Amino acid sequence: MSLALYVCLKIRKEHSPFVNYVVWRAVAAIEMRGVVKRFGAITAVDGLDLEVPPGICLGLLGPNGAGKSTTMRMLTGQALADEGSITVLGHELPGEAKEARAEMGVVPQLDNLDVDVSVEDNLAVFARLYRVKDVPAAVDRGLALARLGGRRRDPVDELSGGMRRRLLLARGLTHDPPLLLLDEPTVGLDPQIRTELWSLIDSLRTKGTTILMSTHYIEEAERLADEVALMTHGKIISRGKPSDLVAQHAGRETAEVYAPPERLAEVRANAEAVGLKVRPAGPAIAIVGAEKATNGVVPPEAIVRAASLEDVFVLLTGEEAE
Amino acid sequence: MRRLEPAAIGGVMSREVANFRTFWKATTFSSVLEPVVYLLAFGLGLGATIVDRVDGLSYVEYVGTGMVATAVIFSSAFPAMFGTFVKERFQRTYDAILAAPVDVEELVTAEMLWIGLRSGFFGCFPLLVSMLFGLDPAPGMLLVPLFAFITALIFAGFGIAVAASVAKIDQFNYVTTLFITPLFLVAGTFFPIDQLPEAVQIASLLNPLHHLVELVRHACFGFETWDLLRVAVLIAFAVAMWRVAVHRMEKRLID
Repeated sequence: MSLALYVCLKIRKEHSPFVNYVVWRAVAAIEMRGVVKRFGAITAVDGLDLEVPPGICLGLLGPNGAGKSTTMRMLTGQALADEGSITVLGHELPGEAKEARAEMGVVPQLDNLDVDVSVEDNLAVFARLYRVKDVPAAVDRGLALARLGGRRRDPVDELSGGMRRRLLLARGLTHDPPLLLLDEPTVGLDPQIRTELWSLIDSLRTKGTTILMSTHYIEEAERLADEVALMTHGKIISRGKPSDLVAQHAGRETAEVYAPPERLAEVRANAEAVGLKVRPAGPAIAIVGAEKATNGVVPPEAIVRAASLEDVFVLLTGEEAE
Repeated sequence: MRRLEPAAIGGVMSREVANFRTFWKATTFSSVLEPVVYLLAFGLGLGATIVDRVDGLSYVEYVGTGMVATAVIFSSAFPAMFGTFVKERFQRTYDAILAAPVDVEELVTAEMLWIGLRSGFFGCFPLLVSMLFGLDPAPGMLLVPLFAFITALIFAGFGIAVAASVAKIDQFNYVTTLFITPLFLVAGTFFPIDQLPEAVQIASLLNPLHHLVELVRHACFGFETWDLLRVAVLIAFAVAMWRVAVHRMEKRLID
């Protein structure tokens, strides 16, 4: 670490915007080293190493129970690691968790808005919690971001599901944080609302906000993330740009074969005999890396398509993709 | 960042105020009507038929002043127990708050202060209603909101600690039956505790509600020197329950 950065880290308690900006741009937004979290006999996070450089959107992709939400909770200090070290925006956790939370925004998986309270009051409360000096201006910014200016005095329980999700996102951004944690941001939403939220998240990424987004939706990770970290059983098993992960683990082409079970078993055996990876794909099987297949291994009835992140996900995690 | 930052405590309390604005009418309605019902039932009913005077007071004056304690425990322990449990388990409000720069100690402090302020205010309603039934105003009554506030802090802390300790909401029934009802009945609200067995009288010294009842009566009819000690006991209870509540909530909210 350079002397200048060390000095910046030490004097940032003065809350100088310039010093904070220097720190946010110079250090990894998130650094987790050998992090372990156990709940009794269950190890939810198992020696996790994760670094998120500033300015990128990292998708933490994994099946349910992979340890994504526990990882998110550890980053806010709501869960304490049993082993390892965690640094967020240069703040060491758990000792400086409050300082770290002051500089990050969190959008939870489950809606925890105050439903009887108006839209603007929901935003105002969090502007105060985040020590925003000009609360009315922060509320107006939030309303504009969530596109809820016309509903500012309505109670939250009168909003649609999509509006509530937008409000949750705006609530996490009332203090304009350099780092945003999104925990399954579109889980349970219909495709139209999901697309709407993706545009909103995309605009934040373009603006330079560092985003760590946990998701179990392949499409979401592909659409939003600069890099994807595949997580299962509490560990990162692979990480890279979506296209690099596909090239590394799934090759160029995947052949999907739809046929009766006996025929599928025969095709699978042929493909595996020549060292190709085969995965289930609903009622079909998918031969991954089909471009490397020798004659006859990929049957003529197969549908050949470009390999995808879904292929990588299923191959590496052993789980069906959503 | 410092511990117990006023900005964090104020932020959490502002959330409570925003929510309270949506249901204040119902709370005010029950706070006014409940003492009226009790005074009619016990004060006029019992007072007119069975009991004449207690400790030199008319039964309406006796019950009316004692009812402050009832109002305080009901408006502090129950909102603390149920409110905390619902916010933690069902609404996940605390997950949202603790994702902001607020720690558990600040959260609990804010919740206790808000319940204390609310109870301090609504706890005075029985006294106001009693005035309509003939209780004479006295300067000492101006201190009743303070006594009610301190006592409400105790029961707010108690309720929060209980909510952070139970696994299911049904388990509040045990707490109500084993703790709240006995405390409420042997506080000296409806009958003097000096008629009870000596062991119960000694135990009642550990009952904050009893001290509140005595303080309110003395505020209305003349303070005694011992009342300073009663205030000190209430403050000590409040501090102790605050620490217990913080500890229990840290266990519950931080994995």
